[in-house]
Amino acid sequence: MERLIFILPVILFAGLAAFLGFGLTQDPKSLPSQLIDRPLPAFVLPGIAAQDGGGAGFASASFRGEPRLLNIWASWCAACPQEHPVLERIAAEGFPVYGIAWKDKPADSRMWLARYGNPYAGVAADEAGRTAIDLGVTGVPETFIVDKRGRVRFKQIGPISPEVWEGQIRPLMQQLRAEA
Amino acid sequence: MLAEIGHFALILALLVAAAQAILPMIGAARGDAALMAFGRSAAGLQAILIILSFGCLMILFGQSDFSVALVANHSALSQPLPYRLAATWGNHEGSMLLWVLVLSIYGTGIAHFGDNLRATLQARVLSVQAMISVAFLSFALFTSNPFARLIPAPLDGTELNPLLQDPGIVFHPPLLYLGYVGFSVTFSFAVAALMEGRADPAWARWMRPWVLAAWVPLTCGIALGSFWAYYELGWGGWWFWDPVENASFMPWLLGTALLHSAIVTEKRGSLAGWTILLSILAFSLSLIGTFLVRSGILTSVHAFAVDPERGVYILAMIICSTGTALALFAARAPMLRSGAMFGSVSRESGLTLNNLLLMALTAVVFLGTFYPVIMEAVSPTNKISVGPPYYNLVFAPLVIPLLILVTVGPVLAWKRDDLRRVGGKLWVPAVLVLVLLAGLTAQMGTAKAASALGLAVGAWLILGAVLVLARRWRGANGFSWRLVRTTPAATIGLVLAHAGLGVTAAGISAMGAFSAEKILVMRPGETVQAGPLSVTMIGVGEVDGANYRALRAQFTVTQYGSPATLFSERRLYTVSGNQTTEAGINPRLLGNQYIAIGDTQADARGPGLVVRIYWHPLVGWIWFGGLMMAMGGTASLADRRFRIGAPQVRVPLALSPLAPAIVPAE
Repeated sequence: MERLIFILPVILFAGLAAFLGFGLTQDPKSLPSQLIDRPLPAFVLPGIAAQDGGGAGFASASFRGEPRLLNIWASWCAACPQEHPVLERIAAEGFPVYGIAWKDKPADSRMWLARYGNPYAGVAADEAGRTAIDLGVTGVPETFIVDKRGRVRFKQIGPISPEVWEGQIRPLMQQLRAEA
Repeated sequence: MLAEIGHFALILALLVAAAQAILPMIGAARGDAALMAFGRSAAGLQAILIILSFGCLMILFGQSDFSVALVANHSALSQPLPYRLAATWGNHEGSMLLWVLVLSIYGTGIAHFGDNLRATLQARVLSVQAMISVAFLSFALFTSNPFARLIPAPLDGTELNPLLQDPGIVFHPPLLYLGYVGFSVTFSFAVAALMEGRADPAWARWMRPWVLAAWVPLTCGIALGSFWAYYELGWGGWWFWDPVENASFMPWLLGTALLHSAIVTEKRGSLAGWTILLSILAFSLSLIGTFLVRSGILTSVHAFAVDPERGVYILAMIICSTGTALALFAARAPMLRSGAMFGSVSRESGLTLNNLLLMALTAVVFLGTFYPVIMEAVSPTNKISVGPPYYNLVFAPLVIPLLILVTVGPVLAWKRDDLRRVGGKLWVPAVLVLVLLAGLTAQMGTAKAASALGLAVGAWLILGAVLVLARRWRGANGFSWRLVRTTPAATIGLVLAHAGLGVTAAGISAMGAFSAEKILVMRPGETVQAGPLSVTMIGVGEVDGANYRALRAQFTVTQYGSPATLFSERRLYTVSGNQTTEAGINPRLLGNQYIAIGDTQADARGPGLVVRIYWHPLVGWIWFGGLMMAMGGTASLADRRFRIGAPQVRVPLALSPLAPAIVPAE
């Protein structure tokens, strides 16, 4: 019995080592979104037009009836030009992509879209970054997949590569279209 | 050429370490004096080779030799020379080299200062040290070679992370490493004692200076790291419960426990098994600290070299060293018979309680740090992080009894004491502190009762430390200068360290109760009131530094009628494009005025600069207390009794030797 006390440290340590070893197999950078299978947080955002108030943007309530992509980007974002051709392709394939320009001046957003082309069905401005906080945005670009009932179903952190689009997101979008 | 010399020296050091790991161990088993002596020379040779290697790397950084990949990745021509040199250890590969450098210096220390050590014990300690050395040298050589070439060489390098370009970072890693690696010595002592099957008072006396030698720099390193975070990260926090901070704090807690339990083993021959266990755990937690930083298993601000392959290697190293040591402990420790018995009220029992509380605190920090890893293993989608609310809730209730005990401990007599006698010695300070506590609670309101309690405990510690000195100086026949002059350094160490702990506790509590902050948009000419401070923004301008451009704002801060000028900067480092905040701080005895500036932002009255103003009462006491503790440790290290020969075992006090085959005749 008394010997057991002396063996205890090595047993506890073995357990710890197992956990640490398991921890090594995990990617510390993968951060699952808390929003998965939850409704898109409510927002009403202005657009980026050169007029007072920025013109019409869109609201979270409009995300109903069809599955959509909600892309968070910015004119100052270095990875966004890299993702841009993929977004154009997604739009060309007939899937609606909506964009939120995060912490960006509307004039800069407009210039960026004029330079690269506009794949978005609608663009809204989140200059103060409040909506991005509700969405749990950790950086740009990020893309949320929202289903017919306005629930977030998937979150892509970082640019969508052609492989991610073909392998993951397009099949998901097709499945979401088929859902009731 | 220098890179190749450094690399070659490192390889040679690995070979020497391998020989040092094996031969003295055989020598100790066979009683072969020549083989045992080889350990001492090998330790010296190994240190020379690693110093050579480290020197080469430092010169390469000094010369900005960008044909070495490490230099190109962590140094730029525009970087000032001190930071080019500090960049030697401001990265993964270089810091591993620093690790083995410190390890080898401790190794020579054991060889050099170990004249009064039992020869077999010294040989075994050196051998275990060398095993650790082999592990880390091969880790450096095989997974993170600091001397790898980069061809073609770039014309300029990518600079050191600007956050690290700070005087604090020149000293912070070396001090921490002195601490972490220092516990390798106590680990080796523990393993050697288990092999010999004896852990007697002489063993504890030999080991204790090494505990102090690790604990003092670790204390300084943690305090410096906390201070650096305070002024460099720009929001005035001094401790974040970040996993890597915790990784340095846990060995410190265990090291503190070890310091105290080793006293019991040294003076009374008791708690030997416990002291050994603490020695093993303190070093294991240092290793785990390294593992945390390098593996990326937990995300942290410190994770500058995230690489799973290195993580696997370090984990294997931890399993080999800690696993073997704990297995050895399980096999051998039951045979270590403990020394004298002690009563339930005695110095020994006080120190045991101290150890239990420190161990519980370590467990709390450990659980908080590793809970995310464990939770993720249990349910993979569950990503959580553990923050200050957990620590504040669980840490405080354990730390308060410990702090109260700190003043009680030194008045307890060894072996047996009774509560009435203790009460007789302590009722005066106890009443004073209770009056103070009542006054503070009345003044601050019950909502801040916890902070009031913290301040009162701080006063209790300082008062207790002063009383230790007063009792020593007064003696039986009243005050005498002779008693002052002959005060042992160890007593002065105790007084400084305990008072320092009180100063730190007071600082932390005052920060919790009285700090004030205000965040707003300001324009030049405006004045605002933030807590006791009245702040006027004088102007904003651009300035150029050696390798950065900065936005600098000037403020006048008035408190209790005396104005002071503060400059706060926001720097853009041009090579890497990183931004840092240099807060304007006016340090005073009673607290710091702290102003940090942020982005330009518009509010209702037009564009201005985001300004954060803080009043941090007694915050400097937190680090000054740390410094006092370190000074206390240094004083204790200077105590005479560590330099005179340790008494050889007064026969049956300690342990029955194991089988003669293991412990040769001495």
